[in-house]
Amino acid sequence: MHPQLRPAIVAFLVLTVLTGLGYPLLVAALAWAAFPDQAGGSLLRKDGRVVGSLLVEQVFNDPGDFWGRPSATAGADGKPLPCNAANSGGANLCPGSPELARLVAERAAALRAAHPGQEPIPVDLVTASGSGLDPHISPAAAAYQVYRVAKARGLDQARVQALVEQCTERPQLRLLGESRVNVLRLNLALDSLQGR
Amino acid sequence: MAVLDFAQYALFLLLVLLATVPAGRYMERIFTGDAGLLERMLGPLERGIYRLMGVDPRAEMDWRAYTWAFTLAGLAGTAGLFGLLMLQRILPGPPSDAYLSTPMTWDLALNTAVSFATGTTWQAYSGETTLRHGVQMLGLTTQGFLAGSTGLALGMAFIRGFVRSRTRHLGNFWSDFIRSVLYLLLPLAVLLALALVAQGGAMAFRDHLALTTVRGNAQLLALGPAAALEAIKNLGTNGGGFFGANGDHPLANPTPLSNFLGMLAIVVLPAGLTHTFGRMTGRRDAGWMLFAVMAVIFALGLGGLHWAEAARSPALPASVAQGPNLEGKEVRFGLAQTVLAGVATSNGACGSSAAQPESFSPLGGGVLLFNMLLGEVAFGGLGTGLVGLLMAAVVAVFLAGLMVGRSPEYLGNAIGASEVRLAILYALVMPLAVLSLSALALCTAAGRAGLSGNPGMRQFTEVVFAYASCAANNGQAMGGLSANSPFWNLSTAVAMLMGRFATGALAFALAGALAAQRRRPQGPGSMPAGSMGFGCILLFTVVLVTGLSFLPVLVLGPVAEQVTLK
Repeated sequence: MHPQLRPAIVAFLVLTVLTGLGYPLLVAALAWAAFPDQAGGSLLRKDGRVVGSLLVEQVFNDPGDFWGRPSATAGADGKPLPCNAANSGGANLCPGSPELARLVAERAAALRAAHPGQEPIPVDLVTASGSGLDPHISPAAAAYQVYRVAKARGLDQARVQALVEQCTERPQLRLLGESRVNVLRLNLALDSLQGR
Repeated sequence: MAVLDFAQYALFLLLVLLATVPAGRYMERIFTGDAGLLERMLGPLERGIYRLMGVDPRAEMDWRAYTWAFTLAGLAGTAGLFGLLMLQRILPGPPSDAYLSTPMTWDLALNTAVSFATGTTWQAYSGETTLRHGVQMLGLTTQGFLAGSTGLALGMAFIRGFVRSRTRHLGNFWSDFIRSVLYLLLPLAVLLALALVAQGGAMAFRDHLALTTVRGNAQLLALGPAAALEAIKNLGTNGGGFFGANGDHPLANPTPLSNFLGMLAIVVLPAGLTHTFGRMTGRRDAGWMLFAVMAVIFALGLGGLHWAEAARSPALPASVAQGPNLEGKEVRFGLAQTVLAGVATSNGACGSSAAQPESFSPLGGGVLLFNMLLGEVAFGGLGTGLVGLLMAAVVAVFLAGLMVGRSPEYLGNAIGASEVRLAILYALVMPLAVLSLSALALCTAAGRAGLSGNPGMRQFTEVVFAYASCAANNGQAMGGLSANSPFWNLSTAVAMLMGRFATGALAFALAGALAAQRRRPQGPGSMPAGSMGFGCILLFTVVLVTGLSFLPVLVLGPVAEQVTLK
C-alpha cells in the first residue's frame, strides 16, 4: 500500500463529516435562526396553504393579470411545461436558430394581438429566461401591459401604473443589477386592491 | 444604461484590487504557520485530524511525494463520491424516488465523481431531477471544499518552487490541504452562505413541494440545502450548482448582490495569491505584474462580452424593441451582472454562469471559450490560475532570453532546457485534450448523437466548448449538448482527469526542479519581472500560445457563425 493512501482515505472521511455534514447543518441552523423566511424558500401562503415562492415564476395568462417571461422548462416526460420549478433551465437555442426565430415571432404575434397598436414589444417578454423561473419583468414590460390589465379589471390606468411603481425593485446599492418588477407580487397587489 | 454597466465592472475590479493585499497576506500566514485567531480556535481540531490520518504535518515532501498525495487525495474523493452516487437510491431523505427522473447510471456516476473531485463540476444531469439532498451535501458540498483546497495546495507548492533554493522540499501536502479547508474555505463559506440566504437563497431540508399556484395551476417546487453548496461552489472555484439552472436559478442566486458577492468569492482569493507570491518571493512588484496581466485579460473579456451581448439578437422580429440579447438571461441581472458572471466564471475555472451560454451570441460564447482555452489564467481557479500564468511566464522568459541572447532567468531561478520542456508540456495538455477529443466526438456517431438542434457551426462550438470546459476544469456548458450518454460521460471524464492530474504532475515537477536550484542573486542583468515590458511579453505569450493552438477552431466555430448571422 502506498504510504499516502491511508491519509488520503482518512482525510476524505473526516472532511466528509466536517464539510458535508457539519458545515451545511451549521449554515442551516444559523440561517433558520436569522432568516427563516428566506431559508425556507420565500414561500407565500394564502388561507394557510402554500401558493408559491415569491422568487419563482408561475404561469399567468388571464387578460387581467400581468404576464411573466416565457419559460422553456419541461416536465418529467420531456414535454414543455412552463415554470416547472422541479426542472429548471433555459431553451438552449442560439441566436441563429430558426426554431428560436419561430418561437419569438409566435410570442410577438400573440402579444400584438393582446395589445393592439402597442409597439415596440419589450425584449424580455418574447425571450425565455435562463432558469425558466425568472420571477421578474422589466419596468418597460410592465408598462406595456398596464392598459390591458386596467381595462380587463375595470381599473383606472393611473392606479395600476402606481401599483407597478410600488412593486418595482431598484438596483441594489443603487448600482447593481436592473430595475425589475416581481410579477407574482404585482398580481397579488392587484387582487388585494380589488378585495379578492 | 451603458454607464451604469461599466460602473458595476469598475466597482468589481476596485474591490478585487482592495482585497488583494489582505487576502494575499492572510494566505501567506496560513501556509507559513500562523493563521491567527482561527488557528487558536481550530488548532486542536487540526492536530486531531493529523493524528487520525497518521501524518506529521511538518514532514516535508519532495515533488514526487507531493504529487502522489495530491493525486491520491483526488482519487479518494472520486472513489468515495462514486460509491455514494451509486448507493443514493437506497439512501433515505428527500427528494422522493418519484421525483428523481434521471437514472443514476454507472457512467453518469463516474462522470460526476471525476467532475466534482477534479473541481470541474461539469454536470451532465440536473440536480433537482437526479440527486438526493444527502448526496448534494455529503458528496458534492464536501468535494467543493476538497477540490478547492487541493487546488490551493498545488498553487502553494508551486510558489515554494520559486521561493526555495537548493532543496528537494515543497512543503507538506496534507498540512496545506487541511489548513486551506479549516482556516480559509470553511469560515468564508459560512459567511457567504449566510449572506446568500439573507438575499433569498434556499436552505431547506424538505421534499419537492407540490403546490397550487395563485391562479390554480399545479406547480412542483424543488427546494433543498442549496445556499451551503452555492457558497463553496464559488469560493472553491468549482461551479457545480444545486439546481439544473445553476447560477440563473432564483433560489440559488436570488439578487444582483448575491451574484456580485459570488463573483467576488471566485476572484478575490486567486487575485490575492499573486500578492502571496510577491511576498514570499520577496518581489512584490513581480506579484503585482502578474495581477496586472490578469486584470487586463479580465477587463478585455468584460469589454468583449459586453459588446457581443449588448447587440440586438437577429432572432427578434421588427416589432420587438431594441435591447440586449436577453434569451437565456435573467431580468434581475440584466446585461452587466450576466457579463460579469460570464467573465468571472469562464476565467475562474468555475462553471456557475448566471445565464445560459448556449443562448449567447456566437462571439459572446467565443469570449467564454477563449477564456477557458487560455487556461483560465486571469485570476483563474484557486491555486491553478496562478500556476497557469507562471507557466506562461516561464515560456515568456525563455522567449525573451532568446531574443536578447541572455540566459533566461525569472526571480533568480534559471530557466533551463528541462524547465522549458515542462512548461511546454503543460501548455500542450489543453490542445491535446480539447482537439483530439473534439475530433473523436465529431467523427463518431456516439459523439454526434449528443449534438443539439442548433445550426451546424454552433454544434461545432458546443463540442469544443464541452472539452475545453472539462480540460480546463471549468464545468460550464453550452446546454444544448446532450452529454448524459456513455460516450460523453467517459470522454469528458478523460478530459477532466488530464486537465487536473497531468497538469498537476507537470506543475509539481517544475516546482521541484526550481526548488532544487540555487537561487541566484538578482542584478541589473536579471529579467525585470515587475516591469511593464515583461508584463507585455507575458500577455503576448499567453495569447500567442493559445492563439496558435486554437485559432482554426475559433475561426470555424464562433467567428464563422457570427459572420454568417443574418
